[in-house]
Amino acid sequence: MFASDVERAQARPWILMSPALLSVTLLLVVPVCFIIVYSFWLRTATGLEQTGFYLDNWVEVLTDRFYLDILVQTLRIAATSTLMCILLGYVPAYFIAMSATRHKTLLILLLMLPFWISYIIRTMSWINILGVSGALNVFLMWTGIISEPLQILYNEGTVVLGLVHFLLPFMILNVYVSLEGLDRNLIDAARSLGCTGWQAFWEVTLPLSLPGLAAGSLLCFVLGAGTYITPMVLGGPRDAMFANLVFEAIITQLNWPLGSALSLVLLVILGSVVLVYNRFVGMGQIAKSFG
Amino acid sequence: MISGWSLIRGVTVLVYIFMFLPVAVVILLAFNSSQFGSFPIEGFSFRWFVELWNNDAIVRAFRVSLLLGFLTAVISTAMGVLASLALVRYDFFGKGLITTALVAPILVPEVVLAVALLLFLRWLEMPKSFALLLLGHVIFTLPFVLLVVQARLVAVKREFEDAAMSLGANAFQTFREITLPLIMPAVFAGMLFAFTISFDDITGTLFWKPGGVETVPTQIFAMLRNSISPEINALGAVMVAVTVAMPLLGAAVARRMAGSLR
Repeated sequence: MFASDVERAQARPWILMSPALLSVTLLLVVPVCFIIVYSFWLRTATGLEQTGFYLDNWVEVLTDRFYLDILVQTLRIAATSTLMCILLGYVPAYFIAMSATRHKTLLILLLMLPFWISYIIRTMSWINILGVSGALNVFLMWTGIISEPLQILYNEGTVVLGLVHFLLPFMILNVYVSLEGLDRNLIDAARSLGCTGWQAFWEVTLPLSLPGLAAGSLLCFVLGAGTYITPMVLGGPRDAMFANLVFEAIITQLNWPLGSALSLVLLVILGSVVLVYNRFVGMGQIAKSFG
Repeated sequence: MISGWSLIRGVTVLVYIFMFLPVAVVILLAFNSSQFGSFPIEGFSFRWFVELWNNDAIVRAFRVSLLLGFLTAVISTAMGVLASLALVRYDFFGKGLITTALVAPILVPEVVLAVALLLFLRWLEMPKSFALLLLGHVIFTLPFVLLVVQARLVAVKREFEDAAMSLGANAFQTFREITLPLIMPAVFAGMLFAFTISFDDITGTLFWKPGGVETVPTQIFAMLRNSISPEINALGAVMVAVTVAMPLLGAAVARRMAGSLR
């Protein structure tokens, strides 16, 4: 009797986890393994896949200059957006964490708000601002500064702008969480030992907020590099990112083996960024913003 | 020093304006009576909202999105609550690995997740369908629910459950009478989170949706192909209202429930 009770207690967590674990296994782990196999198949003229072990897709993806260029462009766009988020995001995070204003709760609430506003709406909203008959052009023509509407939309710059707009709250939130958890006595101690305000920030506050900055940067970079909607809405024909190639291969050309190989390239690159981050910082920092 | 601080405040205000101005413009233009979804503002009107209501495709997309979001929220919250109980309350072999596996759907880029799931189910001869959409949405909302519920469960003292057990309640009774009420705010938060993520999603949805079925975001995306119309702005305004009102409502409910427990 006693032994079976112990056994039941040991089985309990597994029973509780089984729906979630089974779903993740069947809907994520097995499918990802499956596309590894799939990427070695071939698409034939009939549209059916030729099963077997062919390296053609991989040779195409890894040697064709076109894919490499788009990959570099993708990483450049993601890195620029992340850098912009750091520059634009640190100051507001610092302000929310350090200020004694009674609007603090409101500021945090407003910070969470963009997470609830649809990504597609926030992306397309820039068309209203920068489009040919958008707010900016109408305003500039009304003031007489320009007589013809400017073509500001649909280039790499607007793709970065759209991404920064989408990713900035992730950065601010993560930096804010690390600044909020910082022991204020350390700053006071630095000041009382003769640091100027600027020195105290540079020597104490900034280094201690690095984990938050790193967590925010990871999120911004990985989310930014994996998007295909922003370039489709705000970019021109030449501003495709790597995920656009995946979308193109799978949805438009129905070349699924090639699409599999392309998605695996994206997975390996972004996966290694996550692994490097996990090695040096740890995933706990990101989980903190859920608390 | 004072001027330094006001500089910081000034920058903060500017960044907040940057975050909200474009959305404010969408809402503003939704009420513009002009034919074209752009400036100048000609007059105040609800006509675009009426047009939305009369547009069958949009009403259908709304129904699909609401149903999908609701089912996603229920299923992924049920699975997430059970799994977080196991992760927080029990020790077992391979816990670290399993925790990583359960949050993996947010670590894998959504495009890759979308391709893998789509091709795998195709291979199993399960065509694109509402069920595929639902499975996809459940799998990538699960980690969010898990993280929210876990954070709350860690804060609930084990002594409450031990007390109930020692008074003769079985494991299920203890969960229903003690643990569940205590974690209810987080359960609600998790559900809302899952609903909003599902309601807003476009990255995976564009891969999974069957031909002819649209959710609100994919409908907006399809309409953008032509040009920006006042209807898109109105639809955007409605979407903002739905996704912003939901969490505010949820927060109010959670606060009341937390209050009544004390």
